[in-house]
Amino acid sequence: MRLINLFIIVLVLLQGLGFAEAKPKPKAAAPEKPQVVKPAEPAKQIINIAYLSQEHAAPPALSNLDPFIQNKGLLGSELAISDNSTTGQFTGQAFVLSKFIVPVDGDVEAVFNNDIAGKFQLVVSLLPAESLNKLADSAAGKSMLWFDAATSDDSLRAEQCRVNVLHLLPSRAMRADALAQYMMKKRWTKWFLVVGTAPEDKLFADALKRAAKRFGSTLVAEKVWEHTYDARRTAQSDVAVFSRVDDYDVLVVSDEQGAFGEYLDYRTESPRPVIGSQGLIATAWHRTHEQWGAVQIQNRFKEQAGRWMEEQDYAAYLAVRAIGEAATRTKSTDLTALKSYMLSPAFALQGYKGSPLSFRPWDGQMRQPVLLAAPRSLVAVAPIEGFLHPKTELDTLGVDEPETACHYEKNNEK
Amino acid sequence: MKNKLLAYLVPTRCVGIQSDRAAVGCATRRVDTAFPRGAWEREILLLLGLALLTTTVQAETVFVSLEKDNALAIVDPIDGKLIKTVPIGQRPRGIALSSDNKFLFVATSDDNTIRMLDAETLKELAKLPSGKDPETFALSPNGEKLYVSNEDDSMVTVIDVASKKAVHEIKVGVEPEGITVSPDNQWLISASETTNMVHWIDTKTNTIVENTLVDPRPRAVNFTADSQQLWVTSEMAGTVMVLDAKTKQPVKTIKLEVEGVTFDKIQPVGVVIDKERKHAYIALGPANRVAVINAQTYAIEKVLLVGQRVWNLAFSPDQKRLYTTNGTSNDISIIDLDTQTVTKSVGVGTYPWGVAVKP
Repeated sequence: MRLINLFIIVLVLLQGLGFAEAKPKPKAAAPEKPQVVKPAEPAKQIINIAYLSQEHAAPPALSNLDPFIQNKGLLGSELAISDNSTTGQFTGQAFVLSKFIVPVDGDVEAVFNNDIAGKFQLVVSLLPAESLNKLADSAAGKSMLWFDAATSDDSLRAEQCRVNVLHLLPSRAMRADALAQYMMKKRWTKWFLVVGTAPEDKLFADALKRAAKRFGSTLVAEKVWEHTYDARRTAQSDVAVFSRVDDYDVLVVSDEQGAFGEYLDYRTESPRPVIGSQGLIATAWHRTHEQWGAVQIQNRFKEQAGRWMEEQDYAAYLAVRAIGEAATRTKSTDLTALKSYMLSPAFALQGYKGSPLSFRPWDGQMRQPVLLAAPRSLVAVAPIEGFLHPKTELDTLGVDEPETACHYEKNNEK
Repeated sequence: MKNKLLAYLVPTRCVGIQSDRAAVGCATRRVDTAFPRGAWEREILLLLGLALLTTTVQAETVFVSLEKDNALAIVDPIDGKLIKTVPIGQRPRGIALSSDNKFLFVATSDDNTIRMLDAETLKELAKLPSGKDPETFALSPNGEKLYVSNEDDSMVTVIDVASKKAVHEIKVGVEPEGITVSPDNQWLISASETTNMVHWIDTKTNTIVENTLVDPRPRAVNFTADSQQLWVTSEMAGTVMVLDAKTKQPVKTIKLEVEGVTFDKIQPVGVVIDKERKHAYIALGPANRVAVINAQTYAIEKVLLVGQRVWNLAFSPDQKRLYTTNGTSNDISIIDLDTQTVTKSVGVGTYPWGVAVKP
């Protein structure tokens, strides 16, 4: 255990040292270019992107199975930069990623003010909800376009939404809807909801309850898990007693930190599947996903990163690719042009999930299929067939336009 | 009399057909010969000529690669029957016949090779050095070169068929997929799915001469018979772009729309254009349909319901029928092009991917 901690500390130190990156080059003029491009043109346009994250303290390890990954997101954005640059060599555009990784005890605001403010217009953020909105609301941050590759908060896509922030990961509501659609299809309509004590667990539980109501499932029982988190003691003794409730079809768990959820399966009183934050999970990306060309990006990522692609990597990849796509199509580096293209109906991003990805203009959420995955197999991809929508079935997941609580005008008066 | 000029008809596209399937209705040409012939020979030739003229149905063999069965399905499309399934190698996808129909090439992706088979006996003749994970490839019209998309390496490998050696590697955009050679052998086209470009590669120098930005995720590319136009399907945009081979500019972008199908289900993949450029046919992927496009006006004339996740298309040699591989319903559909109706579907095996037709 001590050895692992030591290793993490070394890792943190190493990355801390590497955070001072090359300053961006000055911008070049932006001439109009024809559709046909000759090869080997020198870069005429430079698109600068800042990557901002803060390192996390390693959580207490539940088991030694999965190593703690410090650089989730970073390697995804790097892969996208190399993809963008390959395109750029044919179109005369250069994409430069400047990385700002703030140590655990570092000051994100200071790094932002010193290194990013006034120097960048496009920021890929791996920050938690609070610091993201704080920076996006700052004087310098207001004139930037932020790409949130870390949060799933519904509030950031609702009453706390910002007109200059786009969200790449599916919201909790989208994930809950994806799970609910699948359970509906299986006719597992009687849920036993188990919620952890962390604030995030409550938020995901709220999303699950909303989904249950939307798709017609009932909560037979709801319990908060307050027991010990020690695997050796908890699993056999407590779960059986804890799960003795009225008959249910499926145990739906909300434990985003993974503090106890893994120890529910196979230990419940009745033989019932576990679904939610553990067991069958709803995620933007998963290592079991191979369809629609996904195996290609899995391979490219693994070759470059030496590990599997995590959700945040996928989100950061999409963020940088969205910038690349908009820059290529508009032949521009102008922020307004890039943003309006990204929010236009013409924008269609390939995301290896079988449908073109786009942004919902009402809350900046990336519209996307949600993967439903077991640890070693992909079970389904939501939207599940049969859940229909007049515009796109992707909008059966999450908060649709008529129900949105995001009102940009109001929020930006603040 | 003995040396009199004898005129008779010979089939040009019906070489190697089994005798129980008369070489009927094949494309024929008039051949004049001055060789002396015996009377019995003349009679046989005359009978053969008559047989050619009177019968209308053509014998042909449809080969379908079955991605998940590691096999090749062999279908008699006239009877609408699966004749047999033969093992071929791991994860077969791209499939093509040489223009003389003597050789069949099949990309077995997980074996990292393209297999060259005798199209008649299906005996393996060679394994070509395709590079890693070959999926799609194209043959030059003269059969000398085979060009392979190497998706993971952003590269096109050029294989010399005679020597069975990789002779060139051409760097292209990210995830090259669609690949084709113009019928006049001037252009090799590679489409990069993530870079969203088609690369125009000079077949003489193997270098990229120009790049055209196309709609998101280009999948299939195909030339018109006169090499004047390149048609490019874009899966994520639901469009097909028609590029002029001279200017390399799009002359038309056709937005594929189907009533009652949401836009994100319309993901065009395979595209073929008939010899006269009257019609183009486009497989619409998970929309489970083939769009019939008027190739002169670019209007969508008809949409035909086929199997699920329709992927690749191939004409019969006389272009009277169109065959489609339907990835998730495990069958092929046969479309009669005179009436533009789906006449049959034939179950072939798991994940039919590519299709090639031998007269």
